[in-house]
Amino acid sequence: MRATAAEETQSGTLVLLCLASWAIPGAGHLWLGRRTKGLIFLVALPLMFAIGLALHGRLFPFDLGEPLVGLAALADLGIGVPYFIASSLGYGSGEVRAVTYEYGNAFLIVAGLLNLLVVIDAFDVAMGRK
Amino acid sequence: MQSHLALLATFAFFVSLVFAVIAKDDPREQLRFGGLMFGGFLASALVLGWLMYPFPL
Repeated sequence: MRATAAEETQSGTLVLLCLASWAIPGAGHLWLGRRTKGLIFLVALPLMFAIGLALHGRLFPFDLGEPLVGLAALADLGIGVPYFIASSLGYGSGEVRAVTYEYGNAFLIVAGLLNLLVVIDAFDVAMGRK
Repeated sequence: MQSHLALLATFAFFVSLVFAVIAKDDPREQLRFGGLMFGGFLASALVLGWLMYPFPL
């Protein structure tokens, strides 16, 4: 059965919403009119990511030979645009001798994973499940 | 900032905040849920820390 034009438009909008929500933390909620939630995500998640960088955490490379490193890289990427800004500015090289290195990694990885949860939440809101 | 406790509390704060805002819609419920989660993070870290204190034997 073919999807109707309205359904295709809706699914296209949903894809855009999820992409926006991933790229800019909180953007999906702001788009859907959940202003307070969106603003909290917009401030908290990039701040958590920035703290991770300040603690000498590492933005892991996409190394398929090392599954855990690859998974950490995917989690880092979950934060969206801040990841690309940090990479292009040369942040996230990681200082393994720093006492806060592991904390930094935890902040970076968890900020990315939390943003992915926020994307799923925005999707649920758009679908009318919440 | 190199204090383990301060870093732990900062981490717990952000995670509790995001989970509370995702899980609850009412601000009062968010505060309650987030507070419980934050307290749970700190309490479990302190308890586990003391349990691990004698190791390695």
